[in-house]
Amino acid sequence: MTGMLTTGTRTRGIRAVAVAATAMMALAACGSGSSAGTTSGTGATKAAQGFTPPKLSALSKLGAPEKQLNIVAWAGYAEDGSTDPTVDWVTPFEKETGCQVNVKTAPTSDDMVNLMKTGQYDVVSASGDASLRLIAGGTVEPINTDLVPNYADVFDGLKMKPWNSVGGVAYGIPHGRGANLLMYNTDVVKPAPTSWSAVFDKASAYKGKVTAYDSPIYIADAALYLMKTKPALGIKNPYALDDKQFAAAVDLLKAQNADIGEYWSDYTKEISAFKSGDSVIGTSWQIIVNLAQADKAKVAVVLPSEGSTGWSDTWMVATKSQHKTCAYKWMDHIISPKVNAQVAEWFGEAPANSKSCAETTDKSFCDTFHAADETFFDQIWYWNTPITQCLDGRKNVTCKDYGAWTTAWQQIKG
Amino acid sequence: MTLSRGARAALAAVMAVGLAFVYVPLLVVLVSSVNTDRTFGWPPRGFTLDWWSRTWHNPGARDALATSVRAGLGATAVALVLGTMAAFAVGRYRFFGRDAVSILIVLPIALPGIVTGLALNSAVTTTLSPLGIGFGMTTVIIGHATFCVVVVYNNVLARLRRTGGSLEEASMDLGAGVFRTFWHVTLPAVRSALLAGALLAFALSFDEIIVTTFTAGPTVQTLPLWIFSNLARPNQAPVVNVVAAVLVIASAVPVWLAQRLSADTAGGRL
Amino acid sequence: MDHGLAADQGLSMLVARGRGAVRRLSAFLHRHPRVRLALLLAAPLVVLLVVYLGSLGALLLTALWSTDVFTGLLVHTVTLDNLSTVVTDATYRTVILRTVGVAMAVTVICAVLALPMAFFMAKVASPRTRRFLVVAVLTPLWASYLVKAYAWREMLAGHGVIDWALAPIGLRGPGFGLPATVLVLTYLWLPFMVLPIFAGLERLPDSLLDASGDLGAKAWRTVRSVVIPLAFPAVVAGAIFTFSLSLGDYITVQIVGGKTQLLGNLIQGNSGAANNLPLAAALAAVPVLLMVVLLLGVRRTGALDNL
Repeated sequence: MTGMLTTGTRTRGIRAVAVAATAMMALAACGSGSSAGTTSGTGATKAAQGFTPPKLSALSKLGAPEKQLNIVAWAGYAEDGSTDPTVDWVTPFEKETGCQVNVKTAPTSDDMVNLMKTGQYDVVSASGDASLRLIAGGTVEPINTDLVPNYADVFDGLKMKPWNSVGGVAYGIPHGRGANLLMYNTDVVKPAPTSWSAVFDKASAYKGKVTAYDSPIYIADAALYLMKTKPALGIKNPYALDDKQFAAAVDLLKAQNADIGEYWSDYTKEISAFKSGDSVIGTSWQIIVNLAQADKAKVAVVLPSEGSTGWSDTWMVATKSQHKTCAYKWMDHIISPKVNAQVAEWFGEAPANSKSCAETTDKSFCDTFHAADETFFDQIWYWNTPITQCLDGRKNVTCKDYGAWTTAWQQIKG
Repeated sequence: MTLSRGARAALAAVMAVGLAFVYVPLLVVLVSSVNTDRTFGWPPRGFTLDWWSRTWHNPGARDALATSVRAGLGATAVALVLGTMAAFAVGRYRFFGRDAVSILIVLPIALPGIVTGLALNSAVTTTLSPLGIGFGMTTVIIGHATFCVVVVYNNVLARLRRTGGSLEEASMDLGAGVFRTFWHVTLPAVRSALLAGALLAFALSFDEIIVTTFTAGPTVQTLPLWIFSNLARPNQAPVVNVVAAVLVIASAVPVWLAQRLSADTAGGRL
Repeated sequence: MDHGLAADQGLSMLVARGRGAVRRLSAFLHRHPRVRLALLLAAPLVVLLVVYLGSLGALLLTALWSTDVFTGLLVHTVTLDNLSTVVTDATYRTVILRTVGVAMAVTVICAVLALPMAFFMAKVASPRTRRFLVVAVLTPLWASYLVKAYAWREMLAGHGVIDWALAPIGLRGPGFGLPATVLVLTYLWLPFMVLPIFAGLERLPDSLLDASGDLGAKAWRTVRSVVIPLAFPAVVAGAIFTFSLSLGDYITVQIVGGKTQLLGNLIQGNSGAANNLPLAAALAAVPVLLMVVLLLGVRRTGALDNL
């Protein structure tokens, strides 16, 4: 559905809600479910098995800049000074390359996929679900990483991942990554929590003041908790849940609902709730913690022992683009140390370029966001689209798709 | 009607309480716009004019305002034409299905915005997108026009009902043609109703968010959409408060003017 | 010279011809009222019927279809599954009833508040004050809906304005939740109730009220027996707005409603990323049905003339 804004979810929030199972035609064209394209390690999300991307080749060399570039991006990724005159990394790019940039911000992954399908855009910042759909549909082509000099400095933890590469072929340039964390009020919540049990089994201690992310994708957080606390259920991937596993996750969330004060879907809501004391514990993002602390709220954050869910975006080039040189130059620009640092700080996520850590205005930025900490991100299950073909590779059962997740989410909220 | 002093006082008190109820939140908005706190803290922590100067230099807000004004003018223009035509048809003629026309015109504003928005969105997606026509200013204007028509329609119809057709008949008896009569006799009589309707239609379109969300597509950002996307970003939230404060203060002027110009003291019909 | 004269004559002949054509058209239209009517109705009806009713009908038709889980595309086989789910599922039933309850509460509170206000404005205030009051009531319509809702969020938050104001008497504000939602919706739609009632009361001749007084009725009796019955259609007209606006709202409840969800949220959740348009359409059919029934019902009260 083009043109639909999901309420209250902007930037990161929108991304989360946008995990949808539309246009999975290519993915449904099953081959045998080989485990090619998956990486080992608990943190990596396994790519949807059994799809073969169309045969496309990457650009072999750059030509002269084409003087124009049409970008589809999340709000805040391609700032040109119109939001804040001091926040601008588009104008320097235009001056340097002569590529006139037109940015279209899209509120959801669905919109991005649809915009890219029109063939009028050159480059897109895709989330984990959109990226696979774009690859499967042939809307984006493989990337020749040799043409992007700054790619060499990208953290290894982001290269050749299941959502930005297929069969050893890179399809995009990583933009950044972040995790969902547990934020709590240091005055009220004592001792400091170390486990998600604080918002699940033990949530009644803060009845009416617990908060959670307002999106069906939060079910994955419950599944992750069950994965660690109830191994008998056999959950291997929080995005691949069969009927029994799904029912268990939903029951957990229905129990949690009794203690929930409100679900949040934008930064301002969560920050104001923590400041006024209406919420004292719940999921959050580093950026929200920073902003709340800057506003004198007494909050702290922790990555619980069970790990967490997270997100990572990728820049991709349209197959039908007429401005591929400008596109490659943009990607090189956006992950250059200085610019990637600017974006990461403006947006509130860990940068992709290892050299960006030296360029941030806040010298402890990378530490706060765990940019170089691979052990941190190994515990993160990046957002992915639940589809009926189980993402953990199981063939004998069907898993719940995102439509089922949404219906369940509405049942949970009651 | 003679009311006792007590009754008058009681009514005045209710009126005052009502106005206070209406304006206190707006004062809170004003206070927030000068609050150093970014995320709506209370009590306000400090005073700053920072946000006001930031807004002044913010092209995003200005662009969104311009877009909203364009959309509003477009929707109002369409509503004026269609609403007046329908009002004349219903007000001056008797025909089968007159009630049905009234209900049909009221329907877009009587049905929840999300229904209208969803319907228009899926209609455009299924019928126009394959032809290459996407969402944009046109779809926004059409979406707004559907519920703005009724506002103009009601005002003009009420006026037509009040003035009756005898003046027009007299004019034509005296030899003026249809067009002449319309221009010199009918139009002046309904002019203030048109103005009141146009102003309300513009106001409805200006602040509309739900239908706009579904019909704007990624390219059009009206002021409500801009506010929507910026309220969630703490760096931007105070700027939004400033914009809102400016809107309230600035809008008092055209509303007052419309009141002075219209002979009808009624605020116009919704 | 000759050229000029000829050109002049040519031009004036053209103008004369044009004028003559207009006059003939005017005469034709004068003699054929049906044609005039048809011309007047054509544009609005085409737009409303084709654009509005057409898309609405298409949407409701979608409720009878379903979505293929693999491809995400619509499957065009008729099924009553979605409609029956909406009616039988416990969660949906609860949410629908809750939403209708909220809409009714908001309407009643708005009416109770608006009547005295509108009466004061129409009958008690002096003409100058009246104009000022109308402006005062109309101006907030221009303050953004969202900003007003967030202002209320700030006021209702823990230790916010309301808590702070009620603290001296030892009470606490309602916080976020259903009561807060009703409160804020009432606030947002109040002008929509005040204006029609004011317009209706303004048309009420003072002489009627004087006559009632002359016949011996005290003020309250006059209000009960004369004002309210005559203002009733206007109240109903305002009620149509407040009821319909509350029925479909999904934004305010997300801002001040805590964990509450209303019908609008269900519709919006299913129509967006979840890509379940048939279910969203089935849910949307509920407010459509309710409002159509309401509109047909109020026809007799003459409320439609008071909008």
